[in-house]
Amino acid sequence: MRVLIVEDDDILRDGLKVGLALAGFTTDAVGTCDAAATALAANSFDAIVLDLMLPDGSGMDILKDLRSSQNDTPVLLLTARDTVRDRVAGLDTGADDYLGKPFDLDEVAARLRALSRRSTGRATAALEWAGLRLDPARQSVEQAGKPVQLSRREYSILHTLMAHPGVIFSKTKLEDRLYGWQEEIESNAVEVHIHHLRNKLGPGLIETVRGIGYRLGGAG
Amino acid sequence: MRSLRTRLFAILLITTGLLWLSATVWIFLSTRAEVERVLDARLMEAARMVNSLIVSPDMMKEEGDGDANRPAQSAIKIPILEHPHYDRQLSCQIWSLDGTLIGKSDSAPDTTLAPHAMGFSETVINGETWRVFAVENASLGVRVLVGDNLRIRDRLVNDLVKGLLLPALLIIPLLAVLIWLSVGRGLAPLRKLAGDLAAREASNLHAIEDVGTTREISPVLKSLNGLFARVAGAREREQNFIAFAAHELRTPLAGLKTQAQVALASDDGEIREKALGQIVAGVDRTGKLVRQLLDIASVEASESAKPAGAFNAGEILTGLRTELAGQAHRVDVAIDPHLFGVKIEMDPDLFRLAARNLLENAINHSPPGATVSCTCEMAAGRLVIVINDTGPGIPDEEMPHVTERFFRGRFKTSVGSGLGLSIVERALDRTGAELELRNRQGGGLSARIVLQQSLIR
Repeated sequence: MRVLIVEDDDILRDGLKVGLALAGFTTDAVGTCDAAATALAANSFDAIVLDLMLPDGSGMDILKDLRSSQNDTPVLLLTARDTVRDRVAGLDTGADDYLGKPFDLDEVAARLRALSRRSTGRATAALEWAGLRLDPARQSVEQAGKPVQLSRREYSILHTLMAHPGVIFSKTKLEDRLYGWQEEIESNAVEVHIHHLRNKLGPGLIETVRGIGYRLGGAG
Repeated sequence: MRSLRTRLFAILLITTGLLWLSATVWIFLSTRAEVERVLDARLMEAARMVNSLIVSPDMMKEEGDGDANRPAQSAIKIPILEHPHYDRQLSCQIWSLDGTLIGKSDSAPDTTLAPHAMGFSETVINGETWRVFAVENASLGVRVLVGDNLRIRDRLVNDLVKGLLLPALLIIPLLAVLIWLSVGRGLAPLRKLAGDLAAREASNLHAIEDVGTTREISPVLKSLNGLFARVAGAREREQNFIAFAAHELRTPLAGLKTQAQVALASDDGEIREKALGQIVAGVDRTGKLVRQLLDIASVEASESAKPAGAFNAGEILTGLRTELAGQAHRVDVAIDPHLFGVKIEMDPDLFRLAARNLLENAINHSPPGATVSCTCEMAAGRLVIVINDTGPGIPDEEMPHVTERFFRGRFKTSVGSGLGLSIVERALDRTGAELELRNRQGGGLSARIVLQQSLIR
């Protein structure tokens, strides 16, 4: 799950970037409205963590632009002011959730998972497919009741595919979900991770659609 | 509380009443004069008519069956057409010139109505006043007297005036009702405004619509709306201040907590070490924020600047340079030797506080390897201590706001709190000095402490 963090305070931004990465998210972080606009134009994110007070404008403006351009990426607002009026204004502008500072890192992660779950139209937290069960909160995967150990990247790929069953993801789209901007993408990395996933979960789970990409296949 | 409606009603009723009253007095007087003139004319007419009817004294004798020695009581009757209400108004007597009553009307008294021969006169007979006109007919040897009883005359005038006054008395209550209703209707816009204001919630500071208001109320509305706008502005500034303050106070706490949770959650020694380092930096920053909050509180709390003490500006700046050396990563601070010749007489603590914040800002906004220069110059009899940096400066649109508490601009540093320039401005204000901020040509900010002649030794 790729998340954009928009927060101007260096220490908090760094904390969120590292902390959410530890919770299994792929994170990108920016500190200004301009940088956020650039990031949103170039990439697609599964969720946005947005601070309201930014040096070159208000997070509210980013939100308005986003919603007026028909982009319905879930947005979690972070703000120092959390009176009812502020929360109502934020939610009415198109935010999906709201957290007052200081917040709990685990709560941010849980809310982001919930937002992403709702945006893909699911009610339950865990993802299931052909005997496979993925729990985003604990970043754990079980096959037929037995836990399966996956690396962070393998888990991310599986999470992306299981969150959208039937959807074909191209290699670059998967890379997008795996790496933030600062991270260097190794060539053939996606192929290698898929290969490992097939070894661990069975060869039929992930289908290759020749020339287009990958999607979930029949039972492994 | 006095009612405007009652007040207007009273004023209008009293003035209308007085007008009516004076009109009535005038009508009364002029009517009486006119009636008297008309009645006098009638007396004269009547007297002349009777006179002309007497062809000869013999005529009367014939009528009296030739008995010339008839007593006065049986004098001939002169019938006069009379109004039933004012019966016996006109009385007539005919006297012979030798003093015998030849004839009289029913209402006429037996004694002579007038002693004189010709013209008008007034006589009191049996307590009643008569107005009499006399005509003497010398050829026939008779005198004709025609008189009016003044009591009856007055009654006529009074009846006339009463006839005028009665409708007036009936009209006055009607007028009062009309005045009351019209005043109420005339005051309707005021009542509407009062109703609008009363129905307002205290938090509603929107302007009252100025549509269809009367010209008299429009200024009231305008100044009310002006007041609303000012209050709304003040409230917005307060809201902004609260928002800025909440952001500046809570964000560092959120950063500290998040970094602490990262350190707790990660098994990776490198990540944990970095998080702990961030916590240390965060605590430093929060510590500075607390210090600045206390500075601002103490500047605001001090009733007036402490007794001035003379000090050397260069020495204070040198002391600050040493103090800030830990923060100044590869930024050099150059102090103009002329500054050591500048003796200032003002509260040294406030000057130090102002200079420290300006110097700190200059250092924090300078790129690594840059030089912050402190100089002084004279301008129009005032001494200016200048602190120049080569940082990004302040965007023009932010200039008016930079001294607001907790305001942080586009080029804020990670260690700032938005309080520094606010402290500087308040501290200098206390001592009678001024802060000037100018963007330098070619980049950077020029922060200037302007000192009046009186502060320089």
